Amino acid sequence: MARVDVRKTYKLYIGGQFPRSESGYSYVVEDAKGRFVANAAKASRKDARDAVVAARGAVKDWAGRTAYNRAQIVYRVAEIMEDRRPQFVEAVRQSEGLTAARANAVIDASIDRLVWYAGWADKITQLVGGANPVAGPFFNLSTPEPTGVVAVVAPEESSLLGLVSVVAPVIVTGNTAIVMSSYPRPLPAVTFAEVLATSDVPGGVVNILTGDAATTAPWLAAHMDVNGIDLTGIAGDAELATSLEQAAAENLKRVRRAPDAEPDWTADPGIAAMTAFLETKTVWHPIGV
Amino acid sequence: MTQSKVSTGSTTVGFEYAPAPESRAIVDIKPSYGLFINGEFVDGHGKSFKTISPATEEVLAEVAEADDSDVDAAIKAARRAHTRVWSKLPGRERAKYLYRIARIIQERGRELAVLESIDNGKPIKESRDVDVPIAAAHFFYYAGWADKLEYSGFGTRSLGVAGQVIPWNFPLLMLAWKIAPALACGNTVVLKPAETTPLTALLFAEICQQADLPPGVVNIITGAGATGAALVEHPDVDKVAFTGSTAVGKAIARAVAGSDKKVTLELGGKAANIVFDDAPMDQAIEGIVNGIFFNQGHVCCAGSRLLVQENVYDEVLDRLKRRMSTLRVGDPLDKNTDVGAINSAEQLGRIRELSEVGESEGSERWSAPCDLPSNGFWFPPTVFTGVSQAHRIAREEIFGPVLSVLTFRTPAEAIEKANNTPYGLSAGVWTDKGSRILKVANALRAGVVWANTFNKFDPTSPFGGYKESGYGREGGRHGLEAYLKGGEL
Repeated sequence: MARVDVRKTYKLYIGGQFPRSESGYSYVVEDAKGRFVANAAKASRKDARDAVVAARGAVKDWAGRTAYNRAQIVYRVAEIMEDRRPQFVEAVRQSEGLTAARANAVIDASIDRLVWYAGWADKITQLVGGANPVAGPFFNLSTPEPTGVVAVVAPEESSLLGLVSVVAPVIVTGNTAIVMSSYPRPLPAVTFAEVLATSDVPGGVVNILTGDAATTAPWLAAHMDVNGIDLTGIAGDAELATSLEQAAAENLKRVRRAPDAEPDWTADPGIAAMTAFLETKTVWHPIGV
Repeated sequence: MTQSKVSTGSTTVGFEYAPAPESRAIVDIKPSYGLFINGEFVDGHGKSFKTISPATEEVLAEVAEADDSDVDAAIKAARRAHTRVWSKLPGRERAKYLYRIARIIQERGRELAVLESIDNGKPIKESRDVDVPIAAAHFFYYAGWADKLEYSGFGTRSLGVAGQVIPWNFPLLMLAWKIAPALACGNTVVLKPAETTPLTALLFAEICQQADLPPGVVNIITGAGATGAALVEHPDVDKVAFTGSTAVGKAIARAVAGSDKKVTLELGGKAANIVFDDAPMDQAIEGIVNGIFFNQGHVCCAGSRLLVQENVYDEVLDRLKRRMSTLRVGDPLDKNTDVGAINSAEQLGRIRELSEVGESEGSERWSAPCDLPSNGFWFPPTVFTGVSQAHRIAREEIFGPVLSVLTFRTPAEAIEKANNTPYGLSAGVWTDKGSRILKVANALRAGVVWANTFNKFDPTSPFGGYKESGYGREGGRHGLEAYLKGGEL
């Protein structure tokens, strides 16, 4: 008699834990051919608010770590992803309908992207900060600092490479994130959460909400304890993007606007995704005796 | 005759100063001003308004109000100048225009300073020594960037037309912060000065003519909130730069949502100025005074919340009050004046209202003894003690010469109280311990931290806020980002 397999429950990732949605709702996830794959948790407003509390709680420790330490932890994420390659290949094949070879190429690119961003942790400061030659006897230095808690709407189509490409730049600089994963393709994000949970990333630094961003994003865009929002995943939906940007104005969140169409994730990312959620602090001190 | 009194225990020593007025003969204020569009002064189609001297309430001039059609005409002129002239000009040629402007500001510095003090009410020593020289320095600094943009890290392509709206507290200086980087990067501008302080911007328009700046590169339109709203909401504006209140900043952020407009917002603040028990006390007292009474406290980065370590509270307050008693409040054109006129009746009303709220919420009010002129808008240097974090005078920007004093015991408590505000523009820290300075400066959520100094500005030094104090930076290489596209590293 054939063994009955143990199926996985796909849950949210909040504060280092894997809770179900407090709402009790889940939704059906289909593969690229429309076949049932799993039920995923459908995050509610309350889940989003819980995620903000977790993300806020993680800011002080995470932003206060040395850049070297953050670099090693993000690199560790890449290592664990490599370790879990077969599972990611399967998830990306299901989600995006790719061949094994092309799915493997997506995993390659995703891991390489994490490694690339890991190395930025202790370099971005020198690139965008520096000493300012003021006309007077003052020491004057500008340094970038993380904005704080950032809500990230991950891309709808690129379920892993796109996800990694919007999450890594936010956290490597010391921000914490609440990520709304692709609605139709959430499973790579759930697997990614399991990688984060076993990669020395402190709980709360990345929180992942599966479900409909059109439901959760408005709450996060309007939340007064969220400091920034990346609308990349709203690509092509100008109406929703505009209303989210309007809501974000209430506490002047830093907004990374939605592009007209989902970007080519294989292109060189540049540093804009990092600098979007960095603040420049300038410190003056007199020079004298 | 200006009089100051110093209390030393039970006796009061009076110093008297002979008036030392700066001559206003150097400025030629016209009875009326039009809008500066496409290199010429033209009539506006709105209802003209009067600008007055806040020190005397004397009407200085009648100023045109730009209506929607005028705003549109100015933007069209800027667009044309961008397409046909300015964006095609090599950077080294743009640079030379900016250098010319910097030089003319220096040459006409006395005229600009006197006019600024007359229209704004600020002391001549500040307009002469701060506003005008730093404005010239901004043009000189950004002139040098115009032909070096390939090294900026932000690309070399201009955005197009910048719509810029500036406040009344540093009229010429804010104009320089806005126009210099915009032009250096190859953009053209439409700038609206505040309705109570349009005169130096209109004199700057003449300076543009004198520099032979091509028509339409700089357009100055006058008016109030409606004119500013029409400018920032206009669909043919590529970039919005605003300095002013957080409430208006939020409205602008909503208005530009969904557009491709780049936005920088430099908004309000409620800066903590933290004095530790080991602070260099003479400098700290000067820094506290400079932090809140510079420019009548009409400063977005003013050190309006004084946090004093409990064990030196009595000493700091005694010395602060003694120093405040020597501040000379009066004629902005008198070279001895430390504190000038409040910029408008409306602002004076707000300062009075919040001060009354401070008293009614239980704080103790003390004002420096001084004789205030009978005409004009005046408010004495004032300090509130017994202020709690919940009091409105500890939370809201008063934008006047009013200091709220709170105490703390430990560095951790100081940091927590300093950061307990939706604002995050600036902060000050006073201590002789280097490691403490760095620890506290790191922990403060503010865009500018002055350690053992306060209210210092320089064109090379990025300025701008965290949180609800806005976003984007003005000054330095950072200040170029808002005016370039296509070349992010």
